[in-house]
Amino acid sequence: MLAELMVAENVAFYLIAITMVVAAVRVVTTRHIVHAALYLVLVLAGVAALYILLAAEFIAITQVLVYIGAIVVLFLFGIMLTRAPMGPMHDSDNEQRIVGATIAALLLGVMGYTLWRAYRDTEFVDLQVQTTNDVANSVFSTYVLPFEVISVLLLAALIGAIVLARRD
Amino acid sequence: MLLNQFLFLAAMLFCIGVYGVLARRNGVMVLMSVELILNAVNINLVAFGAFRHDVTGQVFALFVIAIAAAEVGVGLALVLMLYRNRRSIDVDDVDLMKG
Amino acid sequence: MNQPFMLTHVWIVPGLMVVSFLLILFLGKRFSERVTSSIGVAFIGVCFVLSCTAAVNWIQRVNHPVPNLSAAQSLVTQPDGRPAPIAGQSDADAVTGAYRGPAEAAKDNAVKAGDNPATAAESTASATTETTVAAGEHEAKASPIVTRWTWFQWGDITFEFGFIADGLSVLMLFTVTAISLLVHIYSKEYLHGDVRFTHYYAFLSLFSAAMLFYVTSSNTIQMLTGWELVGVCSFVLIGHWWEERPNTDAALKAFLTNRVGDVGLIIGVIITFFAAGATSFNVLHINQYALSPAANQTLLLVGALCLFGGVTSKSGQFPLHTWLPDAMAGPTPVSALIHAATMVVAGVYLIARLYSVFYEGLNIGDNWINYVAVIGGITIVGGALLAFVQTDIKKVLAYSTISQLGYMVMALGVGAWTGAVFHLFTHAFFKACLFLGAGSVSHAAHHTFDMRKMGGLRKYMPATFATFILGTIALMGIFPFAGFWSKDEVLAGSLSGQRHAYTFMLVLGLLGAVMTCLYMSRVIYLTFFGEYRGEGTPHESPKIMTVPLWILGVGAVVLGLVNIPNWFKVGNLDYTTRFEHYIEPTFAFPVLNHAEFNWLLALGTTILAAIALFLAYQYFWKAKSVFLGVKDRVGALAWGYKVLENKYYLDHLYTDIIVGGVKGPLARGSYWFNNQVIDRVVNTAGTASVATGRVLYAQVDQKVVDGIILSAGAGAEESGEALRHIQTGRVQQYAALLFAGVAILAIILVIFV
Repeated sequence: MLAELMVAENVAFYLIAITMVVAAVRVVTTRHIVHAALYLVLVLAGVAALYILLAAEFIAITQVLVYIGAIVVLFLFGIMLTRAPMGPMHDSDNEQRIVGATIAALLLGVMGYTLWRAYRDTEFVDLQVQTTNDVANSVFSTYVLPFEVISVLLLAALIGAIVLARRD
Repeated sequence: MLLNQFLFLAAMLFCIGVYGVLARRNGVMVLMSVELILNAVNINLVAFGAFRHDVTGQVFALFVIAIAAAEVGVGLALVLMLYRNRRSIDVDDVDLMKG
Repeated sequence: MNQPFMLTHVWIVPGLMVVSFLLILFLGKRFSERVTSSIGVAFIGVCFVLSCTAAVNWIQRVNHPVPNLSAAQSLVTQPDGRPAPIAGQSDADAVTGAYRGPAEAAKDNAVKAGDNPATAAESTASATTETTVAAGEHEAKASPIVTRWTWFQWGDITFEFGFIADGLSVLMLFTVTAISLLVHIYSKEYLHGDVRFTHYYAFLSLFSAAMLFYVTSSNTIQMLTGWELVGVCSFVLIGHWWEERPNTDAALKAFLTNRVGDVGLIIGVIITFFAAGATSFNVLHINQYALSPAANQTLLLVGALCLFGGVTSKSGQFPLHTWLPDAMAGPTPVSALIHAATMVVAGVYLIARLYSVFYEGLNIGDNWINYVAVIGGITIVGGALLAFVQTDIKKVLAYSTISQLGYMVMALGVGAWTGAVFHLFTHAFFKACLFLGAGSVSHAAHHTFDMRKMGGLRKYMPATFATFILGTIALMGIFPFAGFWSKDEVLAGSLSGQRHAYTFMLVLGLLGAVMTCLYMSRVIYLTFFGEYRGEGTPHESPKIMTVPLWILGVGAVVLGLVNIPNWFKVGNLDYTTRFEHYIEPTFAFPVLNHAEFNWLLALGTTILAAIALFLAYQYFWKAKSVFLGVKDRVGALAWGYKVLENKYYLDHLYTDIIVGGVKGPLARGSYWFNNQVIDRVVNTAGTASVATGRVLYAQVDQKVVDGIILSAGAGAEESGEALRHIQTGRVQQYAALLFAGVAILAIILVIFV
């Protein structure tokens, strides 16, 4: 088992994983809201790196482009427009902390146990790169309908956001 | 690499996201936690897709990303409206449905 | 197998009278008196003819008895109409003591008939007609014919409905139908214009039916039914003119006094049933048991005494005779039929039918005194004494009847069975003649029966006078009239007895004979001789009334000749003791010692009667006797006269002392019980209910029931109040709950699935 762990992917994975987990924890615990956004960037980047590890190149790029490039920016705009304080907030967490933690722990326990039981030593066998070509083929042939629906959804979201935020 | 690694990682991210959703007071932070959840799901999907040599995982993840984007957009619009009307984005203050 | 139709179908005779009763009851009122009486007379006439046929058949049967008596044959008709194969049915051989009752005999049937199933002998609910010829134990004599249907069977006990035809029942059939026919004819004139003419004839028919049913019954339960039915008819007929209070009182007295005796009868029926093995009520069965060596003598004695209780009341024995004189309140033809000839002899018939029980129970064969004979003897003398002090002619005849019934019972008590039954037969005729004669006399003397208002009627009513004289002479027992033969047989029987002579009974019997002569002479003198002391002018009754009188009078003369004792036998002709030959049973009957004709005794009674008549003649006709006015001179005799006038104070004892003593305290006790106990219980129940209701209302209804309802509402309200706080309006709280639920469900899923 030690030999397998020495594989570069494993090392990379664990590094990225630790980074991600720490960043995620910081997202939900920090008092600075802007810090939370930045930690979020770390998490998202880590996700993208994992995608590369999994040889899913297209989705990695998309992740970076959309999530980090657009969504995080959106978050920052939101923070700005809502006059979020630059310093630490006193009341960043509500009373449900303990309850929430308990629930999260429970869920983690259940999921972990299930995963352990189900996929104990399942390994990736012969990771092949899934090219953009493949993805595109799949999207535009098998899943063309959801694709179109997503477009409409995005349109709806767009219009909705505009309608919602307009000053009247 | 074990499949379980990715799955377990995704589970952890998910649970952290759940904690964030439940415990954070600021609306924007809640949305950020939701993003964590979605990303966890995405990791799951792509991992399984890679495991099964099926590109469907990626396709599904792509759609999730798109939806996440839409959702963040609308969500932030809502938060803005909230701020505009109440001058605070404390989620706890939105309790008009109190019984 | 030639069983004559009339003997196997003897039930037709009572059946026809039932039809007559129903016809008269439902149709009589619509038509005239003539139609009603015609229906009654026609039916009883037919019954009389059928009875004569039955008598002739029986005589033929006795003359040609059934051979080979060991294996009697039974003719069984199966329900589908075909005759079943002949199965042998052997009856009890009482001599050897191997007693077998109907159950065992039935089993024999099944065995002998091979695999013929039980339908041949034991029918349970279906009506299988079974005509059996019972094997006799006496040689060369005929056995009774029993026709019976099994009513139902309960375990070992067979309840049957059946009719018996033997000498005794045929004799009774003849007697009852003959007297009833004459009474039916007589009543048409006697009750002409009566307010309840059809009712009278209807009940006359019903009485005849009941009496005929009674005398042909084959089992004690049926006899009980007939007995009670004749009691009811007697009640109805005595109270025929119930508008007068004394008549209803007399009817009630008759019925209730009979009821007192019936208690004994019912107990006796039950005892004999159980004594005889608790399988059947059949009289032959009971008689066979009584004669078998295995019989329990004490049980038989008790049973006989209980049965005798019923006889005491019905047949007017001392001390339950008090109803008979009062029963004279009914119409005279009723008195003639019921209280002279037929109903009162029902008790005598009972003893005669179940004679084995009495013979063995009271040990008549070995004793010189027994209870039945003593009571009979006392009745003879007691009844005769009372006849002296009556002014009502019917009451004299009633007491005379009581006295003669005493003769019959005494005869049975000493073992002179034939004597008793023969006396029953002759007495029916001459007593009915006397009663109808009395009715004729009253018809002429403007409906009075008081002898003080009569007198010298022999000039006006020769026919009545003649027949009355004939009847009287027969009653007195003067040679060669009917009464002589029967009374003499009774006295001879008590003289010779079975093993010991019943001398005390003989003395009583002779005393009774003397007294009969005396009081009847008094009646004749007061009624027919001297000057007429009544109102108006008497006249002879119409032919419709006198013809029956003549028939009965002739019967009173000649009927004695059917049982001439063997002493008079001349040559080889078979004309002596015909009555005994044909009537005395040979099956299930004890072996009796028949008294021979004792010419010394006969001579003695005749001399005694002559002396009595002479004394009476001196006293009444010549008014020149030492006994004239004796009761005024001798104080003891005056006291005796007073006792007789008050009928031995028996009525006083019964009504005032016994009944009154029970009535008063009983009524008072019942009243107290009613008020204090019953009312209190009822009131308590009422108040308890009210209190319960109040409690229920306040506690249960208001508090508990309403409380439940209210608490349901309150519970809903409070739980809502409590649960309200869950809904804070805060989204994150909802999310927390959501995720918590998911976590728990997931855990459950993982653990259990």
